[in-house]
Amino acid sequence: MSDLSKLTLAEARDALRAGETTSVALTQACLSEIEAAGALNAFVHMTPEIALEQARAADARIATGDAPAMCGMPLGIKDLFCTKGVPSQAASRILEGFRPEYESTVTQNLWDAGAVMLGKLNMDEFAMGSSNETSTYGNVVNPWRRGNDDAPLTPGGSSGGSASAVAADLCLAATGTDTGGSIRQPAAFVGITGLKPTYGRCSRWGVVAFASSLDQAGPMTKTVQDAAIMLGAMAGHDAKDSTSADLPVPDFEAMLTGDIRGKTIGIPAEYRMEGMPEEIEALWTRGAEMLRDAGAKIVDISLPHTKYALPAYYVIAPAEASSNLARYDGVRYGHRAKLAQGDGIVQMYEKTRAEGFGPEVQRRVMIGTYVLSAGFYDAYYNRARKVRALIKRDFETVFADGVDAILTPATPSAAFGLGEMAEADPVQMYLNDVFTVTVNLAGLPGIAVPAGLDKQGLPLGLQLIGRPWEEGDLLNTAQVLERAAGFVSKPGKWW
Amino acid sequence: MSIDIDTARRVAHLARIAVKEDDLPALARELSGILTFMEQLNEVDVEGVEPMTSVTPMRLKRRADVVTDGNMQDKILSNAPDAREGFFAVPKVVE
Repeated sequence: MSDLSKLTLAEARDALRAGETTSVALTQACLSEIEAAGALNAFVHMTPEIALEQARAADARIATGDAPAMCGMPLGIKDLFCTKGVPSQAASRILEGFRPEYESTVTQNLWDAGAVMLGKLNMDEFAMGSSNETSTYGNVVNPWRRGNDDAPLTPGGSSGGSASAVAADLCLAATGTDTGGSIRQPAAFVGITGLKPTYGRCSRWGVVAFASSLDQAGPMTKTVQDAAIMLGAMAGHDAKDSTSADLPVPDFEAMLTGDIRGKTIGIPAEYRMEGMPEEIEALWTRGAEMLRDAGAKIVDISLPHTKYALPAYYVIAPAEASSNLARYDGVRYGHRAKLAQGDGIVQMYEKTRAEGFGPEVQRRVMIGTYVLSAGFYDAYYNRARKVRALIKRDFETVFADGVDAILTPATPSAAFGLGEMAEADPVQMYLNDVFTVTVNLAGLPGIAVPAGLDKQGLPLGLQLIGRPWEEGDLLNTAQVLERAAGFVSKPGKWW
Repeated sequence: MSIDIDTARRVAHLARIAVKEDDLPALARELSGILTFMEQLNEVDVEGVEPMTSVTPMRLKRRADVVTDGNMQDKILSNAPDAREGFFAVPKVVE
């Protein structure tokens, strides 16, 4: 079989079970693609020895005839996941040299299912960013280009390495994490599928924390079916994460019936943003028509507090980050600054954190410190948590009115050029999350599905938002949309 | 709410991040810009709304208060920038 790294998880699984290929062959194909794709800067730590050992074990397991769907699948792992003995830096200088003595629950679940680790993937530092330009490893480059223009584009962020790697067929699928849109926005920017599960569906244990009440891991895959397969292996209750849900994990793949007749899809008026490109508006309308043609009922809905989601998020997420990142003090792991004669422990903390954190992380830690400080806690942090409750109530109201899923654009634009936002103020960059951030604040599942190309030939995505714990139903609707949109384009290989 | 240079200096210190005196004006401007963006929240009527504590209604699980893990001093110290005689080492804290 040729082009093994281009296979979907479902295709690879079927080929492995039919004895048409081996996990070792799949893994070697991916490793050589990664080797040749340095220009994308997606993989930042390669683990070929681990990969081949896992692949051989997977082949042995498949030969027994009793292997789960993910067995033998070569994956990329976002650098935010702690992987035992393998550098896990959250793309930050402050974790330089850190090799965890433990494995995150999500990656352990994947290895238990027989999956193969190719290496660690680039990302925005501590998952803070929407363009993968805040990484200590340097920018990730999107495999897509604007026509014949060779200007490098962002793959989005923060899971930019995961997005770029999957779109460029360097791996079969990748893990991502999503705090405000970090799976869905990059997935949309590179034309792949990205699923953020319900908060609590996947364990956060061993995933470097950014904002604990918002962070959730999820799959980034070539198809919706693959997202269903991979989520099944990642998810599950974990006693080590007190917010992980003690609920059974259904067979998500089996829930892909292709039948959405009688489902009600809501179109929220508030997502029609001023200045939104016409192409995105048109794509959104076409998406609704596709779902209607498949037998769903399309209704106009209102989510009145949408406008306040971004400001609420940019209080809550930095507040939680400032607490979570307090642990990087140069004592227990990672970087410690060189000290001058007479420097005490406070200088050690201050110099270490100034050297170790990049500008965006410093900014967010300081904003978080400010909104939690005496005198401002009520005005900012508590008010934001109240607005968050109202945003969640908006969704509960439409779900109670019978809406099964909500269709929105995934991003306010197609991928932009690396460096294009360099002079913009930080708030401009935050606007990237405008359609995705509500989903994290409300703890809901959301999925980005590639749905078309813009005039410049760049992918555009649509987002579907589902009811809590109903990822199976959401994936089914997403697959209907995927099939109707018929997105099959791939970036031309220039790397 | 606009942040002046003194406030920026105080916030940086509270966050334990060294910021050069020359960089404080730019930092104050950036933080002020972000806080201005957050001012929109004042438009929302939050009267009688409870601040969200947990996005998913769930009771936190309890377990017996017993030691479940431990005896791994080597592993705990293995990533320390400076570890001596089984301890993390830091600059002198008490005179």
